Amino acid sequence: MVYRYLPVTAEDRKEMFAALGITGIDELFSDIPESVRLTQDLNIPAALSEPEVLRTMTGLARKNVSADQYACFLGAGTYDHYIPSVVNHVISRSEFYTAYTPYQPEISQGELQAIFEFQTMICELTGMDVSNASMYDGATALAEAAKMAAGKTRKNKIVVSKAVHPEYRAVLASYCHGQNLELVEVETFNGLTDLSALETAADGDTAAVLVQYPNFLGGIEDLQRIEKIAHQHKGLFIVSANPLALGLLQPPGAFGADAVVGDAQPFGMPMNFGGPHCGYFAVKKELMRQIPGRIVGQTKDDKGRRGFVLTLQAREQHIRREKAISNICSNQALNALAAAVAMTALGKAGVQEMATLNLKKAHYAKTEIEKVGGYEVVFTSPTFNEFVVKTPVAVSDINKGLLQQQIIGGYDLSRTYPELVNHMLLAVTELRTKEEIDRLVKGLEGIQHD
Amino acid sequence: MSNVLPNLKYSKEHEWIEVIGDNKVRIGITDYAQHSLGDIVFVELPGVGDLAEADESMGTVESVKAVSDVYSPVSGEVLEVNEALEDDPEIVNNDPYGEGWMAIIALSDPSQLDGLLTAEQYEALIQEEE
Amino acid sequence: MTNTGEKAIIFELSKPGRVASNLPALDVPDVDVASLLPAGFRREVPAELPEVSELQLMRHYTELSNRNHGVDSGFYPLGSCTMKYNPKVNEDVARFPGFSQIHPYQQEETVQGALQLLYELQEDLAEITGMDGVTLQPAAGAHGEWTGLMLIRAYHASRGEQRTKVIVPDSAHGTNPASAAVAGFDIVTVASNAEGYVDIEALRQVVGSDTAALMLTNPNTLGIFEKDILEITKIVHEAGGLVYYDGANANAILGKVRPGDMGFDVVHLNLHKTFSTPHGGGGPGSGPVGVKQELLPFLPVPVIVKKGDIYGLETNRPQSIGQVKAYYGNFGVNVRAYTYIRTMGPEGLRLVSEYAVLNANYMMRQLAPYYDVPCPQICKHEFVLSGRRQKKQGVRTLDIAKRLLDFGYHPPTIYFPLIVEECLMIEPTETESKETLDEFINVMIQIAKEAEETPEIVQDAPHNTVVSRLDEVTAARKPVLRYTKE
Repeated sequence: MVYRYLPVTAEDRKEMFAALGITGIDELFSDIPESVRLTQDLNIPAALSEPEVLRTMTGLARKNVSADQYACFLGAGTYDHYIPSVVNHVISRSEFYTAYTPYQPEISQGELQAIFEFQTMICELTGMDVSNASMYDGATALAEAAKMAAGKTRKNKIVVSKAVHPEYRAVLASYCHGQNLELVEVETFNGLTDLSALETAADGDTAAVLVQYPNFLGGIEDLQRIEKIAHQHKGLFIVSANPLALGLLQPPGAFGADAVVGDAQPFGMPMNFGGPHCGYFAVKKELMRQIPGRIVGQTKDDKGRRGFVLTLQAREQHIRREKAISNICSNQALNALAAAVAMTALGKAGVQEMATLNLKKAHYAKTEIEKVGGYEVVFTSPTFNEFVVKTPVAVSDINKGLLQQQIIGGYDLSRTYPELVNHMLLAVTELRTKEEIDRLVKGLEGIQHD
Repeated sequence: MSNVLPNLKYSKEHEWIEVIGDNKVRIGITDYAQHSLGDIVFVELPGVGDLAEADESMGTVESVKAVSDVYSPVSGEVLEVNEALEDDPEIVNNDPYGEGWMAIIALSDPSQLDGLLTAEQYEALIQEEE
Repeated sequence: MTNTGEKAIIFELSKPGRVASNLPALDVPDVDVASLLPAGFRREVPAELPEVSELQLMRHYTELSNRNHGVDSGFYPLGSCTMKYNPKVNEDVARFPGFSQIHPYQQEETVQGALQLLYELQEDLAEITGMDGVTLQPAAGAHGEWTGLMLIRAYHASRGEQRTKVIVPDSAHGTNPASAAVAGFDIVTVASNAEGYVDIEALRQVVGSDTAALMLTNPNTLGIFEKDILEITKIVHEAGGLVYYDGANANAILGKVRPGDMGFDVVHLNLHKTFSTPHGGGGPGSGPVGVKQELLPFLPVPVIVKKGDIYGLETNRPQSIGQVKAYYGNFGVNVRAYTYIRTMGPEGLRLVSEYAVLNANYMMRQLAPYYDVPCPQICKHEFVLSGRRQKKQGVRTLDIAKRLLDFGYHPPTIYFPLIVEECLMIEPTETESKETLDEFINVMIQIAKEAEETPEIVQDAPHNTVVSRLDEVTAARKPVLRYTKE
């Protein structure tokens, strides 16, 4: 077998062995205890040539049903959106994607500036003062925000709405367990956080109140009222927001949120079976030095020219070790770049227009589905691009039927909300055409009865 | 060579303590401490009204490459903090014993002063560390 | 890089009315936004995002990319980061619509290819590390460390044991103690001995009934293999603790030795180091965690399983630590790593480590006359130099790093591990040719001579980058963290 990534030739090897005064490669591994040294090859499949590997991978990819061929009405935190062609061209530039974290600013100005611009765009959308350079995803960003709140307020109770994404809450629970924080979940009412339950749950021990905007069930929470409840006992107010929705919705910063987190996947990232996406993390100025992860700042070089550096890093793990506020090291830099390019391509007007298309198309789908006998749009609060439909039969059966018509149906809410058996969460993005929505409605009509 | 003022008390964690009234002390970090940290970029101070515990962290000083805890050398209530440091942390570098002071504390146990180092003892300590 | 002028920020290029994308017209009956969103919900002031044309956008980001250095631009011997070549076929495969355009909540029967890939990748990584099961959920190395420690915590708790301490050598990656702290443990540091190994006697002193785990990198961050590893894992096991393998340095051991065989109970790998997936300027990575049999019940959910010929997601695992990331990890990164493992096969992976180690030893030997070598024994995939000789000439390790920029190299990792004075940590990787190694060696020798004869050339470096040394103090004192229109 020839290995195209390995340039050492027989002649090189001879010269290097001579320089080292060795006769075989095993001499360089003589420090490994003999009893555990491997004496035979690993039991994994044999090497493939490039054409063979392409054939294998094409075969695997073809076993999946993908949104380029099916009309996707699944959302629930991951969405099928328009990705301008420029995004892939920019992130395919190897100066970006083959670089490490910009530890040497003189030869990393491109990455640093792109992240500085990303931070600015996130601040603009969320209405916050400071953004970091990204987190793993929306779920871990929310968990880190809760951790930050506990550290800042020196309280150890986290109150989260059950209308927050179930997987975000699951990740939050894992992190809270790690930090010995108490996690309290607040019930929903009519598809929104139950505010009277929230008022009871949030007390003097509460480090933060966490809600989602729009929430997992599609509803747009009343942030004005939730802010009062969160701040009443000096806890932090943390909002997990869909950044595309913020093209149209009043940003959480305008309601007094202390931290806004979420996932930038709607901007420039394919669904990727759930990852990599791109968590974002933005805070008010007062929390600037509590923000986890990396952050880029503007400065000058010794000749007075503008330049960018990683800054506020002294509290990070590589310096502060066990006293660090977070252990995050690698983030999702390339995806932050993708998000920045997508936000730039859409621009000030495009983001509003795309959000408006989502709103109006989802509204159309909602109205049409409501006309179908047996189906009911259950919650009355305003929504953005997702809504809940009560179905006459099990959602899994409906989705099987829709699949026959090249449609990827909605999210089965009974998976995570036992009280919502026969309830489906549907997402309608700007990519769904009227023809596809009508096909969905027709499909549902055909599956009214078993 | 770092500057050590003769009229102050010192802690092993490189804080200085100046008695400024009945059971009242002013606290800061020493010239030696600011010098070993390098350019200070941020100072985190305790809140007024907080109860400081001797030998426990009451704040941090941060340089580009390090964050160090500021340990309170004595116990007592924090009466005042030097808010100017929040905007201009470099004052600590420029004038550690003067404008760069950090907090004023009302001693809850004045006998703790007896356990602190004299200028001579502190000088010996930093000579050892250097 | 020849561009030495200031580069405009994208917002400075903005002009109202320009766009770099276009969206389809509304094809459903129009309704007034105000009728769908009550006034208090509607955004009042639009977000000030850039307004540029498509060509302006491409030029902007192309200029930015020209101000960046990647592995494809030049040699990148950044220690402990394994900056090997990122194969292009991996990039193509990850972009197949059958991988990139699938939704994590599709019915399992519609994503059998994806689940098969993940399942087989788990199996391959288990075989490579000598473990019994693997989760692909963690998004990066530090995330994997934390996951592994939460598994260890759950394991001890299930046995009714209160073990609160994690032991970390003083040479460990900074993420080790940070991850242990975030997982709720207290940290005990154990010193290295004069030769750079874990001090066995010191380890015996700190191990006890409160020991939850020892975290170890092997080869360690000095690039040397802990030859007493069997003794080390035995000491910890006898005290009832577990041993954690930080796989950041796994590029040295593929097909040569397996953490599982050395007595490690939990291991994480950095697929963006050892398995060729790109670092992306700081992510996305992937940090799978492998465990031994007794820790399998605690793995994060969902677990990818195979029943007959059908692949599925299992969530009913009552002892699981829960979820550590939404969905199933950084799938797109895992696709790249899978493609790499298929490309290399068992012999190829073994050669990866053999050549990585050969390259590192060759470079260390060639540089030994010019720089201090704190650990002169054979190294594994990386080695450390100390710039203390040059420091006496007034040239710091930072200066040497900056001088390397003038020659088109990314410098080694500097000032780490902390236990070596003026440290330079060099990892050439197996994908670099001998010619590249020789050129770099010559430049390092030249810099050593400059330090002796014309130190100011080194002290003032870099001389031909787009910016010179930047004022990090002002950046941290008066942070400017976003663009503001003047």
